[in-house]
Amino acid sequence: MNHTLTLLTGAVSAAAVPASADVDTSTLTSLIFGRLSWNSFPFHDPIILGTFVAVAVGGIALLALITKYKLWGTLWRDWFTSIDHKKIGIMYMILGLVMLLRGFADAIMMRLHQAMAFGDNLGYLPPHHYDQIFTAHGVIMIFFVAMPLVTGLMNYLVPLQIGARDVAFPFLNNFSFWMTTAGAVLVMMSLFVGEFAMTGWLAYPPLSGAAYSPGVGVDYYIWALQIAGVGTLLSGVNLIVTIVKMRAPGMGLMQMPVFTWTALCTNVLIVVSFPVLTAVLALLTLDRYVGTNFFTSDLGGNPMMYVNLIWIWGHPEVYILILPCFGIFSEVVSALCGKRLFGYSSMVYATVCITILSYLVWLHHFFTMGSGASVNSFFGITTMIISIPTGAKIFNWLFTMYRGRIRFEVPMLWTLGFMITFVVGGMTGVLLAVPPADFVLHNSLFLVAHFHNVIIGGVVFGLFAGMTFWFPKAFGFKLDDFWGKMSFWFWFAGYWFAFTPLYVLGLMGVTRRVSHFDDPSYQIWFQIAAFGAVLIAIGIASFLICLYVSFRRREKLRDTTGDPWDARSLEWSTSSPPPDYNFAFTPIVRDNDAWWDMKRHGFVRPTSGFTRIHMPKNTAAGIILAGLSTVCGFALTWHMWPLAVLSLLAIIGYAIGHSFNYQRDYYIPVEEVRTTEDARSALIAGNGPQGVVHV
Amino acid sequence: MVAAGPRVYIDRDQTGCRSVTMTSARRILQCAVVVFAALALSGCNLLVLSPHGDIAAQQGRLIIVATVLMLLVIIPVIFLTVLFAWRYRAANKAATYKPDWDHSTQLELVIWAIPLLIIIALGAVTWISAHTLDPFRPLSRIAPGQPVPADVTPLEVEVVALDWKWLFLYPEYNVASVNEMAAPVDRPIRFKITSSTVMNAFYVPALAGMIYAMPGMQTELNAVINRAGEYEGISSNYSGHGFSHMRFRFRALDDAGFQQWIADARRSDGTLDRDSYLALEKPSEREPVGYFSSVAYGLYDAVVNRCVDPNRMCMNEMMMIDANGGLGLIGIDGLLVPSRGDLRGGPFVSAALCEIPQQLQLPWAQDFGVPRS
Repeated sequence: MNHTLTLLTGAVSAAAVPASADVDTSTLTSLIFGRLSWNSFPFHDPIILGTFVAVAVGGIALLALITKYKLWGTLWRDWFTSIDHKKIGIMYMILGLVMLLRGFADAIMMRLHQAMAFGDNLGYLPPHHYDQIFTAHGVIMIFFVAMPLVTGLMNYLVPLQIGARDVAFPFLNNFSFWMTTAGAVLVMMSLFVGEFAMTGWLAYPPLSGAAYSPGVGVDYYIWALQIAGVGTLLSGVNLIVTIVKMRAPGMGLMQMPVFTWTALCTNVLIVVSFPVLTAVLALLTLDRYVGTNFFTSDLGGNPMMYVNLIWIWGHPEVYILILPCFGIFSEVVSALCGKRLFGYSSMVYATVCITILSYLVWLHHFFTMGSGASVNSFFGITTMIISIPTGAKIFNWLFTMYRGRIRFEVPMLWTLGFMITFVVGGMTGVLLAVPPADFVLHNSLFLVAHFHNVIIGGVVFGLFAGMTFWFPKAFGFKLDDFWGKMSFWFWFAGYWFAFTPLYVLGLMGVTRRVSHFDDPSYQIWFQIAAFGAVLIAIGIASFLICLYVSFRRREKLRDTTGDPWDARSLEWSTSSPPPDYNFAFTPIVRDNDAWWDMKRHGFVRPTSGFTRIHMPKNTAAGIILAGLSTVCGFALTWHMWPLAVLSLLAIIGYAIGHSFNYQRDYYIPVEEVRTTEDARSALIAGNGPQGVVHV
Repeated sequence: MVAAGPRVYIDRDQTGCRSVTMTSARRILQCAVVVFAALALSGCNLLVLSPHGDIAAQQGRLIIVATVLMLLVIIPVIFLTVLFAWRYRAANKAATYKPDWDHSTQLELVIWAIPLLIIIALGAVTWISAHTLDPFRPLSRIAPGQPVPADVTPLEVEVVALDWKWLFLYPEYNVASVNEMAAPVDRPIRFKITSSTVMNAFYVPALAGMIYAMPGMQTELNAVINRAGEYEGISSNYSGHGFSHMRFRFRALDDAGFQQWIADARRSDGTLDRDSYLALEKPSEREPVGYFSSVAYGLYDAVVNRCVDPNRMCMNEMMMIDANGGLGLIGIDGLLVPSRGDLRGGPFVSAALCEIPQQLQLPWAQDFGVPRS
């Protein structure tokens, strides 16, 4: 026996020799640059090259403009290094919107490709490119569009809604934002340097293992998500502590605005589920980098473990996205119906139910793995149970509208569009939770239509409602009505045109991620879907035009009151935009519609007796650490070991160094507070008293 | 359908359900089934709702039943949304305005109870259907009201998802085919499904729901096709760049046609032994249909246990060694890298280590090499 083993060992070492000989011939170049070479740049692909030229020209133009208008100093001092939750929130929103353009470009490319790739026509995207596009589309839309937009809104609003001056850990907030951005930068780099993963957005092994995806794509995926994940997790911790510890006096948990409640639940979900993602990606990393076998098919590995673990994160993730949007709708409905939210406690309990149940449903993403009838039924039924609190929420919004005074402002349109669209998505979701039905619909375009139905109909519509609703708070002027309505109607029609055909195709037995079809009867449906995507493109363009037009007309659209919608929660009690310190005096809360209650009881804004205000100080540590992390992620992706080690040491060294920085706070002098508040008094005086009494 | 009229409890013309009370809900459900089926058959071909296999037909019917059940609440919600939005628009000063009305216990009970009741009904449907339509469960019927005849045994088909083509083995007939399979109409089929490298899903929409094909593992699917014809089979789980063309023809034939198909396969030139499997295993796209007149003994088991290459230790052997305490670090010394077939895989344990359990007199060692009955 020993003899056999010695022979085998010999054979293995012999097999290893040629490899090591290759290493010997390599130069210093490969040590420094790892796998990176001139061939890593996609010069041969005209689509990517064209995109690169466009991005480069646009980027240079932007940098030139910033230089021309001498904005670098402002950007650095007032934005990049800012630890003000409001500015960080806005930066998250900008990140999300920029990445939306990239994610949508992927989407419309797929739609155009599928509309033409029939029979002899192979479409314009080879599988190598198409597979990267659908992977990137999913990753970008979830991690770098929906997450930053949701986190941005929570960042901006939570402290204002609870009457706080900032979040609990202001520096951490800045660091979280830049880590998320670092992840987005890595994904964007993969477009022009190397390639992105060709695995689908969840990178199931064994396909995503080193054996079947030897390139840099999956490594870009892993490091982008790990770095962004640090940001998300820390931001979750930050917001939980903020909500739990920093509420204004009088604001018990059951007096919190519903958006704050949903933010709390979402951040609990983040803190509990993101470590699972980190762990499962770390195991995949070990498989890819050091040859362990957690998820391979040989040597005791089991890919099913990965699928379970990633969905234990993945399912709560969808609730992480949708819960804050439920919160947005609650705020919008009650403000624009001029009525208290119907069933506040029921809404809160529904949110908490959804939070807990979202951990008990992950297996419904893979009934077809063959877990057996009882296990499948259990997860199917728990999934259906989630629709009970969700249904209750829908009814609560409905009865908030009942006997209200509904103003059809743009945020209300998004909300109505959501209610009509989302219930259909909820219905198809429950349908997919019935295991035998899922066996014929799983991985089909019906499934694709379902999750776009809830993500566009729920999350995207919610985010647009939120952005339009709180835009005047953040910038001091309302968004243009006409272009806002254009955006809504094109998105709404676009959604239905783009995804109803996919429901039909799913029922025709067409599955996802296919880049070429033979059956010509599918084509008309793909063409309708492509038309829908064009409508959505117009919707997105309308929103951008809306931003531009509103900026040009800002004096006309100016909100001098701080409360342009006659709304209900505390963020509307301060000026638009709020001062750095949010509130000159900490408000005292006496009702769960705190500001409505104050207005009704003739609240008079204090105009004297100001004191200096203790505030956190800006720091460059966040952007520097995230920049180093980007370098580290890039180096690890390309196997540039010396650079990876150096950047990792730099991160640790800098973080330790920063912990010795004791100059972290300052006081806003009382004169400055008084000047700011007096200016606001003057503004209000020019526009009538703010404390309107409502009957 | 029963003629709509007041208080009809008995269906005397015996076209619908015989002598059962017809509640209106049930009538609505039946109408809906008819409407959906008509929709499915006309215009576009909604294959999932009007398939040709009994299992898929039951799954399709379940989709309709569940949808109708949920539409009971969805349609009123959409209707009320539009109605309330219109009725309580700010311009309508005639509408009641109650800015402080925010609670009603009765209403709360109703709005929690409606979804709850629907989910209770749907939950019961789910539990029952998940068990009766479990892909692993042997069929008890081949069509509504037609139990499986006592003398009919299921046709066994062993399916291997390869990069990027499908291999079908017929142990009963000792033939194999690539990218085409055949089955006799109305005879239950029992699929055993595995994959060579990455995850795929085996899906013939006309026949039955999909199930994953995973390397080193076996899933099962029991189904029956009720109408002769040619149907499309696909991989419905993305598996790499050749995935889009990983399609096969599923031929449902009458008994004579099926025997002819088997006979044709037997007359083909190729035979499927370990070497030809390893050649076939290498990644390829748009592989033409092919047949093998014979299949090496135990090939499918070797595929599932990832040891078609005789140098590789079979997974069941490795599991037995591990179950008995394992070999410790010796296992690491025994690693080899692939040298035959699809070379992309990672290192594996050398088959030479299999000698050890025999020497250790492990319980299963006696069984080793004993042919199957």
